[in-house]
Amino acid sequence: MLRIQDLFCTINNTPVLKGLNLNVKAGEVHAIMGPNGSGKSTLASVIAGDDKYDVTNGNVEFLNKNIIDLAPELRAAMGVFLSFQYPVEIPGVSVSNFIKIAVNEKRKQNGLEPMSSTDLLQEMKKNLELLKMDSSFLSRYLNDGFSGGEKKRNEIFQMSMLKPKLAILDETDSGLDIDALKIVANGVNSLRSSENAFVIITHYQRLLNYIKPDYVHILADGAIVKSAGPELALELEKKGYEGIIK
Amino acid sequence: MHLEHVDVEKVLLYNLIFMLEKDEKKIIKEVTEAEYKYGFVSNFDTDTISPGLNEDIIKTISKKKKEPDWMLKKRLEAFEVLKTLKQPEWANVEYPDIDLQNIIYYSAPKKKVQLNSLDEADPELLKTFTRLGISIEEQKRLAGVAVDVVIDSVSVSTSFKEKLSELGIIFCSMSEAIEKHPELIKKYLGSVVPAKDNYFAALNAAVFSDGSFCFIPKGTHCPMELSTYFRINEAGTGQFERTLIVAEEQSYVSYLEGCTAPQRDENQLHAAVVELVALDSAEIKYSTVQNWYPGDKNGVGGVYNFVTKRGVAHKNAKISWTQVETGSAITWKYPSCILKGDDSVGEFFSIAVTKNHQQADTGTKMIHMGKRTKSTIISKGISAGKSNSSYRGLVKINRNAENSRNFSQCDSLLMGDKCGAHTFPYINVNNKNSIVEHEATTSKIGEDQLFYCNQRGIGEKEAIALIVNGYCKEVLQRLPMEFAVEAKNLLEITLEDSVG
Ligand SMILES: Nc1ncnc2c1ncn2[C@@H]1O[C@H](COP(=O)(O)OP(=O)(O)O)[C@@H](O)[C@H]1O
Ligand SMILES: [Mg+2]
Repeated sequence: MLRIQDLFCTINNTPVLKGLNLNVKAGEVHAIMGPNGSGKSTLASVIAGDDKYDVTNGNVEFLNKNIIDLAPELRAAMGVFLSFQYPVEIPGVSVSNFIKIAVNEKRKQNGLEPMSSTDLLQEMKKNLELLKMDSSFLSRYLNDGFSGGEKKRNEIFQMSMLKPKLAILDETDSGLDIDALKIVANGVNSLRSSENAFVIITHYQRLLNYIKPDYVHILADGAIVKSAGPELALELEKKGYEGIIK
Repeated sequence: MHLEHVDVEKVLLYNLIFMLEKDEKKIIKEVTEAEYKYGFVSNFDTDTISPGLNEDIIKTISKKKKEPDWMLKKRLEAFEVLKTLKQPEWANVEYPDIDLQNIIYYSAPKKKVQLNSLDEADPELLKTFTRLGISIEEQKRLAGVAVDVVIDSVSVSTSFKEKLSELGIIFCSMSEAIEKHPELIKKYLGSVVPAKDNYFAALNAAVFSDGSFCFIPKGTHCPMELSTYFRINEAGTGQFERTLIVAEEQSYVSYLEGCTAPQRDENQLHAAVVELVALDSAEIKYSTVQNWYPGDKNGVGGVYNFVTKRGVAHKNAKISWTQVETGSAITWKYPSCILKGDDSVGEFFSIAVTKNHQQADTGTKMIHMGKRTKSTIISKGISAGKSNSSYRGLVKINRNAENSRNFSQCDSLLMGDKCGAHTFPYINVNNKNSIVEHEATTSKIGEDQLFYCNQRGIGEKEAIALIVNGYCKEVLQRLPMEFAVEAKNLLEITLEDSVG
């Protein structure tokens, strides 16, 4: 599904990713862990198509298509979703209106009729329940005055509405209490299927207790330095990055 | 008569579509090149007098309009006042002195058109309406909107007049009002904005050629939005219209004004005066969507929009100004409320957009005179390109206006880094039990906001529209339904390509 080969990128001429490789197949869950500043969010942004970053070498293939030059909204239409580490606020734009536009823009790109407001609302209600969110969420302005936890839940809510093929969760667990963490994990798990894949960026083993990864990678200084099964996250918890990256 | 189809959804006046490019530099460049859609010139036969300003010209205008002597007298008095005044210099805008002798003060379509009988209408005029997006057929379908169109100087027609007159509501051109309702005009014209108020008010009082008059009798709720469109067409003409709205006790009216002008290299002057009188417990809602030609990307041409708008609210009355200002090379305008009666309320909701070389100096004045008077000011400035926009607001609470309140919120949104936004609040409170609150914010449309939208599948163009509309929400919500869509579209058009 996602195939990244020898990826190098810079921001403001500062190299960040330095020869990164990653393969994600449909149905898989990959966890990416790594020290602060190692390039995890950069990787997520580059996959999503943020042109703040200059890709200087390498390839990003999604669904067998090279997407390096594709606009982010078109990648989204193909099924890429990023749950932001720091979701932005858009005052005056309600969550429901935003999701309605997002869902219908994606449908339009895929040659589908827009979803009726009634259908949309029903779908929203269903997903809100799943995420144990109050329906008053819908009329609030996007992330405006949301607590950290609310912002993260709102990301997962949008994910559940957009049903991506590839979802990248960038530290979605940071700032969540244990109950919220379970709810979010539950939301992710209910979406899991053999058709889609997840890349989960996290610092903590605890999320991985609820969302079982197939692979754990360690990203350090712009490249993946170690890949293994779920046991790597446990080892990391004990030894810290220092103990694993020499 | 066949009229080109106009899509009402994309509404009435403004429906440019804007294209956004990913490349930020390109975006900045394109905003400067976004074109004005209403720049066409119509070629109907006009009756135009030679340029210049003197007593004879004023007499000619008055004569052409077949005005009574008292009106001519009022004009000449105003002209005397004008001679004693200077053009204002204090606004935060720059422009060359305007030579009043180069302006044509009267130009009218020769044929007077009754829009109720479309078949007799001048085809050029109909074409103009269609290009403006106000096809009459669409208008009629848009039930609940009565329209008065002022092209250059003369009010061309009024529809829905009969329906209104059954309720005792008068809605007609100023010329007609002078002829048919002299007692009302004598009583109220100039009562809120006297000629001596300022330079442009004096000029207007001396040479105004037409405008709208609206009278709502006691206890009457005007059942439809009243609306006037202004358009400057003839080259070298100034537009000096005069609007007077009188709402008697316990009455209500909502009024909308829209404006466009052809694209010309010279600067055209628009110096209007609007007076509102809200008697005890009356409510007047006045909305403006202003899209005069702003000049080209190099700052050549465009309309100078110097407008005096003021309302007096008597006991328990309410006056509410809502404006969406996107056009004009220079805008200088402060719709104001004089809260004369106890418990009266004044509101000002404004969106002012500037781009390219546009300059806007706009805001409001709230003068609290009565006890327990309340005012609210919400101003949303959006600057793009090399433009400059200033908010200038005066809140004055007189000594006797006890227990009065004001809340002001002035937000600025910057697009790109060559534009500027300035806020000048003047607060003057003369008693101890009144409360004045002022909040101001400045923000930028962020690349991160845009990318967030993009990531959710929302393209650049829609994303900007979404963010800007969200930013302006509080004000857009105030506009009458029919025009909220129009204003939203206009914003999108105007801000086309403005992110940097
Ligand atoms: N605008 C920027 N200019 C220069 N360097 C940046 C910029 N943004 C991020 N970086 C650098 O890129 C590196 C990777 O950042 P990031 O991907 O956010 O790390 P992580 O998510 O792993 O904590 C960091 O060293 C950071 O300092
Ligand atoms: Mg990060």
